[in-house]
Amino acid sequence: MAYMGIATGFVLILIGFYGALTNRNILRMIVAFTVANTGVNLVMVAVGYLHGRTAPILDEAVPVAEAAARIIDPVPQALVLTAIVIGVGVTALMLAYALKLYESKRTLDISKFTELKW
Amino acid sequence: MIKRFFVILLLIGLGAVFLGLLAGYTPDAQLNLTASYYANHTAQDLGAANIVTAIIVTFRGLDTLGEVTVLFLTAAIVGLVLSQGRRKRDDARRELPPTGELLTTGTRLLVPLILLLGVYVFANGHLTPGGGFQGGAILASGVLLLLLTDPMRRFGHGLIAAIESTAGLFFVGIGVLGVFLAGGFLDNRILPIGELGELFSAGAIPVIYSFVGLKVGAEFSSMLVNLAETEDL
Repeated sequence: MAYMGIATGFVLILIGFYGALTNRNILRMIVAFTVANTGVNLVMVAVGYLHGRTAPILDEAVPVAEAAARIIDPVPQALVLTAIVIGVGVTALMLAYALKLYESKRTLDISKFTELKW
Repeated sequence: MIKRFFVILLLIGLGAVFLGLLAGYTPDAQLNLTASYYANHTAQDLGAANIVTAIIVTFRGLDTLGEVTVLFLTAAIVGLVLSQGRRKRDDARRELPPTGELLTTGTRLLVPLILLLGVYVFANGHLTPGGGFQGGAILASGVLLLLLTDPMRRFGHGLIAAIESTAGLFFVGIGVLGVFLAGGFLDNRILPIGELGELFSAGAIPVIYSFVGLKVGAEFSSMLVNLAETEDL
């Protein structure tokens, strides 16, 4: 199960990179980056998975005394929560810059932006 | 064509690295030292039922403060980048096709419920899988629905900024109170810990997470509003 999650995450990362490197449209590149971002998050959550255990919330299923033997690793989950929120911020910034680029050249084709090319 | 060949070559190399990682990975059978400390000490030390929330708000509360700051910076930069060179064209607005009856009525029905759900999610962050960030995102989705119904609707930037800065001030203020009344910065034991699993428990965690929720909701809303206000090009 953990292997499946990690493998899916790796495949998502590869799909995202492929999309970001081959597409010429800036919006498609941004979407591809978010796909890769999701893949990274999935890998991190899957690493914290322990077989046969439950979510790290103390309730009837997880008595306080047996918590350490019943729950999966909560640390990667907290980390991924942070990563998701930062990912939203990064995506918003990319979209704002994409809008500015469109305003300056009236196109979203990345190959038309040649100022920094040598 | 040659470019695509190099891209595929690069991805094959990356895939080989990933395959090596996957082959060398063995899942843990036990929690590691940090995780088992959190598992054993959350209930009696902090009184929070959701261990992830306890880590985010109290054990690693300083990181969350940094994260909220990053989000604030992002919202501010998005506002700055988009406001530059914005033309005032109030007279020459493009005529939009009318919003459908379904969307208008649906929005009127759904927005209060969405806001209620958002508040529920961040107020119960210490008991259920929820919290300030998720609840804040839900609040902002209500704002997004309003913008979808009427793209020309203008929200008060002052109100959003006021909610955001007050919530941020209270977040830091509660953290500083922890230095004086309890064990350190962002310590949640300035309020009684209470019974595990009750709504009013876990000390200051629900209070802090509610402020985080309001702040995140305001930040996401300001990003959405800023993106919506860029006049159609």
